[in-house]
Amino acid sequence: MTFDWLLEPLRYGFMVRGLIASLLTAVVGAIIGSYMVLRGMAFFGDALAHTILPGVAIGYLVSGEKRESLFWWALGTAVLTSLGIGAISRSGRLREDTAIGIIFAGMFALGIAILSTVRSYAVDLSHFLFGDVLSVSTTTLIWMAIFSALVLIVVFLFYKEFLVISFDPVLAATLRLPVSFFTHLLLVLIAITVAISLKAVGVALMVAMLITPAATAYLLARRLWIMMLTAAGLGSFAAIVGLYLSYYFNIASGASIVLTATAIFLIVFLLHPKQGALHK
Amino acid sequence: MWKPSVAYLHTQHAHDQPILDVLHLSFRYDSLTALENLTFHLHAGERVAVVGPNGAGKTTLFKIVVGVLHPTEGQVKVYGSRPDGHVCIGYVPQRSQVDWRFPVSVAEVVMMGRLAQIGLFRWPQKQDWQIVHSALETVGLVDLAKRQIGELSGGQQQRMFIARALAQEAELMLMDEPLTGLDLPAQESLLHLLGELQQRGVTIMVAIHDLQQAAQHFDRILLLNRRLIAFDIPERVLQPHILQRAYAGQLTILDGQIVIDTCCQGDKHDVRLAA
Repeated sequence: MTFDWLLEPLRYGFMVRGLIASLLTAVVGAIIGSYMVLRGMAFFGDALAHTILPGVAIGYLVSGEKRESLFWWALGTAVLTSLGIGAISRSGRLREDTAIGIIFAGMFALGIAILSTVRSYAVDLSHFLFGDVLSVSTTTLIWMAIFSALVLIVVFLFYKEFLVISFDPVLAATLRLPVSFFTHLLLVLIAITVAISLKAVGVALMVAMLITPAATAYLLARRLWIMMLTAAGLGSFAAIVGLYLSYYFNIASGASIVLTATAIFLIVFLLHPKQGALHK
Repeated sequence: MWKPSVAYLHTQHAHDQPILDVLHLSFRYDSLTALENLTFHLHAGERVAVVGPNGAGKTTLFKIVVGVLHPTEGQVKVYGSRPDGHVCIGYVPQRSQVDWRFPVSVAEVVMMGRLAQIGLFRWPQKQDWQIVHSALETVGLVDLAKRQIGELSGGQQQRMFIARALAQEAELMLMDEPLTGLDLPAQESLLHLLGELQQRGVTIMVAIHDLQQAAQHFDRILLLNRRLIAFDIPERVLQPHILQRAYAGQLTILDGQIVIDTCCQGDKHDVRLAA
């Protein structure tokens, strides 16, 4: 009886699908986000998320009502721009953040320009920007789950290699590891994660699901794998709590999940026994 | 003041194949020439101090030997072949180059050295943990194995990277300014540890600021300032007219003492003239 309020939303199929999609986003985002936090890639992640907008917009125009294909458009654009940004950063003619900033804004503007040709522009744009997790279809959900599993398996298989290239690329080179291969593999994993997260939080809020739980875990953990598991736990908690808040208070779900994750971060940041701001 | 160690004389005769050949090596970053036409050979078991003013190209030289940077001209050979075929080169980075807040333990960092031996798609075996343990024993860090790396002191942090190179089974160890920022006792104990490594037959190349320490603890001194100024036993390198060519205006002679003003380091290093 007392738990009715917990079970009530789950009577709806769209809520169950939305919950699963949010959890997948939270777990994969947390694990890949841990690498991004440690490697200082927060801005890259934010930019990458925004640059997929034109791809998604074109997919939306081309496919019309068949929303399932949007996942593939997002995935394709994310992989291309991720490797593209990687190449521009390496060319070394501009500072990396400058180059990323230019591409980020240009691609984002292109996406908005394309979407603005559609009549239902405002509604569609807000879905792409902020997520629309309650409309996720079963087919999309299955693909999200498959790619989430793929990302987690690759991270598991190459855990020690990713650890070394993130901590000490010079050591990786002396051990004759293919550093460039693993760096690009990581970029592809980030791109897949971006495509997975599109439905739950949208391009504008995505960086929060990549960075915030991982950053919270960074304050708490002293081992990478503990940081990843902690981040996944915190992210999942934020996804569940956020979705319920969204249901009961009629808040946009993406914003609600991100706000919950941010609140958890602030609590940990302020109350952390050793590093907490209030303990200094 | 300086005495050639027995080990040095011994290894020089025992090893005819140099562990490191640097041949006509040049390196340019765009228009800036960092290294120009360097040629020298390193024999197995030697302890060599690399000295020179800031910007002399010490770190660049190390990165080329390690294989991270590729020479613009010339070549580097390890045991007679290209360095990228070898996993026997250990690199101890400058402490300022390391993210000490990274969530990783001392033992995990040392285990990173085993990566080549462990191989892809495998996890560390019991034997690897034993090697890590004995490497930590050698450098005296067994008790701190489970600590997060940021909890170590500066000297312990250097020892951890030396342990990692040992776990890697490195035969040539390159250390980029390991003494910088350490207090004197920590410096002394690290220099002592380098002596132990030499006993094990490890060849050591250390970038160092203090000429006195270079003279006391190393078999040969490589004096660098983009070009190779000198590479010889300390008493032949530490001559005013030779040092002058590397340090120029930074060098003054006061009462028979060579004083090098390494302005950017915020301290001065003196060395008494060898007779």
